[in-house]
Amino acid sequence: MNADVCVQRTRHPSRSSMALILFRAFLTCPDACVFQMVQDPTQFDVLVMPNLYGDILSDLCAGLIGGLGVTPSGNIGANGVAIFESVHGTAPDIAGMDLANPTALLLSAVMMLRHMGLHDHADKIQTACFDTIRDKKVRLKSLLGGLQYFCSFKSKFQTMKAACL
Amino acid sequence: METHVYHLQILNLLTKLGLSINGKDKLKPQELSQVVGALKNETPQSRTFIRGIQTVTLIPGDGIGPEISNAVMKIFEAAKAPIRWEERNVTAIRGPGGKWMIPPDAKESMDKNKIGLKGPLKTPIAAGHPSMNLLLRKTFDLYANVRPCVSIEGYQTPYTDVNLVTIRENTEGEYSGIEHVIVDGVVQSIKLITEQASKRIAEYAFEYARNNQRASVTAVHKANIMRMSDGLFLRKCREAAEKYKDVKFTEMYLDTVCLNMVQDPTQFDVLVMPNLYGDILSDLCAGLIGGLGVTPSGNIGANGVAIFESVHGTAPDIAGKDLANPTALLLSAVMMLRHMGLHGHAKKIESACFDTIRDRKVLTKDLGGNSKCSEFTEAICQRMKDMD
Repeated sequence: MNADVCVQRTRHPSRSSMALILFRAFLTCPDACVFQMVQDPTQFDVLVMPNLYGDILSDLCAGLIGGLGVTPSGNIGANGVAIFESVHGTAPDIAGMDLANPTALLLSAVMMLRHMGLHDHADKIQTACFDTIRDKKVRLKSLLGGLQYFCSFKSKFQTMKAACL
Repeated sequence: METHVYHLQILNLLTKLGLSINGKDKLKPQELSQVVGALKNETPQSRTFIRGIQTVTLIPGDGIGPEISNAVMKIFEAAKAPIRWEERNVTAIRGPGGKWMIPPDAKESMDKNKIGLKGPLKTPIAAGHPSMNLLLRKTFDLYANVRPCVSIEGYQTPYTDVNLVTIRENTEGEYSGIEHVIVDGVVQSIKLITEQASKRIAEYAFEYARNNQRASVTAVHKANIMRMSDGLFLRKCREAAEKYKDVKFTEMYLDTVCLNMVQDPTQFDVLVMPNLYGDILSDLCAGLIGGLGVTPSGNIGANGVAIFESVHGTAPDIAGKDLANPTALLLSAVMMLRHMGLHGHAKKIESACFDTIRDRKVLTKDLGGNSKCSEFTEAICQRMKDMD
């Protein structure tokens, strides 16, 4: 079973001295979770789960957003250690040819900045990255197919969601 | 004289089953043992049925179960399918010795008929009452759960052209139920993988692929992490692949399957996997095509038993209001017809069902329409009459 915990916290200290935390926890089985995930992933926020379910669900969710080439990742350890990483492979066929997509590692580095409390720099870099991708003018080959699929999925999904309501 | 009659009977049976043997006059002991072995290992799909009406055990179930079962019976009647229904209730009772069991008349009926169709069951909230599905699984050794997931035209999801089958080992694995406390705060759970169960499910998957004209079987595993347990499972799949060279065999890690599944499900065909992975993947694939309301399911057991079922819930809030969607149970019944070799009737009913949904004129509420269950059923029956 995994627990779905939703936490919202203001990131602007000036608004409130106390963090606003919305906590809604409910338990769901991994099969029910994946079932709901492929039908409407927007109903989920933060998911916490044991090892195997996490292996499955984290890859599933990476697939939903376009694959490992755009997915950031962080590993939190004891004693304050944290290692952020891209989770794709080494792609030896394109190594050294100036063709690689740095998005996954970049977004992991942004995650790292947030972890360190450097939110402004994180926002700046993330915005620049997303705007460049959204702009579609300068795009890597690896992002062409994945992004097209994602865009068509997202719009299809939203159209369908609207139709069902 | 008696031996000659015995030989003739065996030869007749062999001819009926499509097996041949050399030297009709002299039946060699080795050949006989080969035939007996083949008959013992014979999977349900290759079994022929006696021409005429086949009796099937019908378990309507609870909640919306009875009304969707009635819908299926009505559609089958309109299709003139050669099926006679024998209704039984499987609500568990306490047997002698206090052990929970399914009623003897239900067990007798299933053992006799071998084929069953089941609606949704609710597990009573009584102390110690077992899960109904678990009880059925143990009673009939239902070792394979088969779910074909095909996109339905007219019921749109973000995924189109899905056409795959998940085959899940249903008796062991992570759900063996063996857990214990090592010390306070440390719990251990045992994942049991056996050679026998893995061999059985692997061979069933290939047999299914062959009988249903599927091109490939993919074994889903995590043998890189669980080297011994998933390693054994994978080995048995590889061995089965050797016997079925006409079916392509591939292997893929579970997390890779999930990642690829949500990006492009059309790359998958038949998937075979141990219990937990099957539980998750079969529900994932059901989600891709639109949910449990349109997903058929079959459970294959030892001794030729097969129970086909809808996997959605009992929906007590709409029970008895003629609002239920019988599609899942109907498609499971179609799966049952194919299993019995009645492909003509299966195709007819399936086409009528899909055409009605594609048409989008008469649909139940969950499919996006306003019609009643009876209206939807009638629309399907009318289509079949028009086909004749």
